[in-house]
Amino acid sequence: MPEMENTPKRGVPSKRPAYPTEHFVADAEETPVAATDSATTDDAPRSQWSEAWRNLRRQPLFILSGILILAVIFVALFPGIFTNEPPNENCLLINSGAGPAPGHPLGFTQQGCDVLSRVVYGTQSSLMVGMFATLGVLLIGGTIGAIAGFYGGWIDAILARLGDIFFALPLILGAIVVVQLPFFRENRSVWTLVVILVTFGWPQIARITRASVISVRNADFVTAARSLGVSRFSALLKHVIPNALAPVIVITTISLGTFIVAESTLSFLGIGLPPDVMSWGNDIFSAEPTVRTNPMPLFWPALALSLTVLSFIMLGDALRDALDPKARKR
Amino acid sequence: MTWYIIRRVLQLIPVFIGATLLVYFLVFSLPGDPTAAICGERGCTPGVEAALREQYNLDQPFWVQYFLFLKGVLTFDLGVNFAGREISTIIAEVFPTTARLAIMALVFEAVFGILFGLIAGLRKGKIFDSTVLVVSLVVIAVPIFVLGFLMQFLVGVKLGWASPTVSGAAPFSELILPAVVLGLVSFAYVLRLTRTSIIENVNADYVRTATAKGLSRRRVVTVHILRNSMIPVITFLGADLGTLMGGAIVTEGIFNVNGVGNTLYRAVLNGEAPVVVAIVTVLILIFVIANLVVDLLYAWLDPRIRYA
Repeated sequence: MPEMENTPKRGVPSKRPAYPTEHFVADAEETPVAATDSATTDDAPRSQWSEAWRNLRRQPLFILSGILILAVIFVALFPGIFTNEPPNENCLLINSGAGPAPGHPLGFTQQGCDVLSRVVYGTQSSLMVGMFATLGVLLIGGTIGAIAGFYGGWIDAILARLGDIFFALPLILGAIVVVQLPFFRENRSVWTLVVILVTFGWPQIARITRASVISVRNADFVTAARSLGVSRFSALLKHVIPNALAPVIVITTISLGTFIVAESTLSFLGIGLPPDVMSWGNDIFSAEPTVRTNPMPLFWPALALSLTVLSFIMLGDALRDALDPKARKR
Repeated sequence: MTWYIIRRVLQLIPVFIGATLLVYFLVFSLPGDPTAAICGERGCTPGVEAALREQYNLDQPFWVQYFLFLKGVLTFDLGVNFAGREISTIIAEVFPTTARLAIMALVFEAVFGILFGLIAGLRKGKIFDSTVLVVSLVVIAVPIFVLGFLMQFLVGVKLGWASPTVSGAAPFSELILPAVVLGLVSFAYVLRLTRTSIIENVNADYVRTATAKGLSRRRVVTVHILRNSMIPVITFLGADLGTLMGGAIVTEGIFNVNGVGNTLYRAVLNGEAPVVVAIVTVLILIFVIANLVVDLLYAWLDPRIRYA
């Protein structure tokens, strides 16, 4: 179609014209009512969040990842709905490594347990580690980052160096060092793992929050609030943080996926969750020795893990597109 | 620029000391005896225990312990492992393998990440771009050990294109497959970073000027767009070298590479605290120096930074 080449490639006209308020004078009879109003209603400024929500609802990426995440949460809350088989009883060695059978659509593990049931029941701990680690990182990293960015000066200098120190230890490496300590070896549980992940995971969120707070703290609306007598602290809480939240939310969403991967990596190395806790990482670890002869018990938990992580990363991507005004303009 | 370098090097010192102090504190000060693993289940006799505590300086106050350790690091004397071998000798043995593996992974992710990212960024919204974006998301989401087993099974066992495990000498050809697996996730990040950066720069004024001057498309892309888009990518790559060295634990485990990661993993399983601390210290040092090099490179590429 040669005609198409004449249409401009960039700045494709949307339904609304770019400059809706044209000022012109015309005869009263000829003037449409809308044109006499210099301010048209559909141009009222929307808040960042309702604008983001409007954008999000139209994104297939958001809808897909949202449905997946809700489904995973549902499975974690009500595992009994998805399988009749209790995960650790009825494990018969006669079934060891067997393929799918009636009532056992995904086959059996090396120990003769039902794979589907283990994958379903493993959802809970994997998701719990991810969620609580993210929550902890958000609280600690967010607070430290916000304080450092807002107050600046020597507080910032000290907190930034502290972050650098923790940053020099990559998440997995730091976790490996701590996990092998006698103290943690004896108290292995979901909660100690969460503590370890938070200890080495917070600097990333702190960095993002700090940068975001710095970009907002000198904005006119903060100065206005301060000059109206709002204290520094409540200006930080009520005006700076809500406006600096967008990039933090994006990174937090993605890091939820990262923490789930970290849990499974540590469990895969045999030093994550204790063996009696069912998790995808533990199942992958126990299916690993027979992976070349019978890869399926490794494949299913790996698939569940990958899909969950993928949906959190996709959600983060969709949020970034919706919340980042720079990305939206393009 | 000289002052900038000096300032950055000086800033590196507290970070290194802080990070090693953190690790040392965690390993040697939390409850539990770090040397208990030597004697196994039955435990040591009091005499042996006292001798061990003296050997690893555990009878000293914490600060003295740490300074003795720091002195050891600076003089390349990292003590001995539980079997009595010099830890520095062990590290010197396995270090070249991991370094080779990490550098190969880095080259892989840099070359292919930047190439694919550049093409995707220049053709934003086209089919290549969308495909590459979806594939990179999947690569990021699938954990590295799953990717590792998959590649080992398909490429190594089924197709037989590469050796599924790496022998002791770890020649170049055997390391290709582990290096690709190790660099795969970062490859996806480099790709996405390059793409975003390219898209940001394609419409910049200086690109229009360059085109208006009549420069060839090739020159505009390589000299103007690509060079200006490289700054965030280089930052990522530099920081990634440290992560790759430390993150090689899983990859080295899968492909049976006798490297730093595998040694660290064995030390963790055996509860050999002194070896763990020594290896992690070396890794921290690499990580910190890699970040320093990145910062200097950054300042050289973008002069605005060193005056900030």
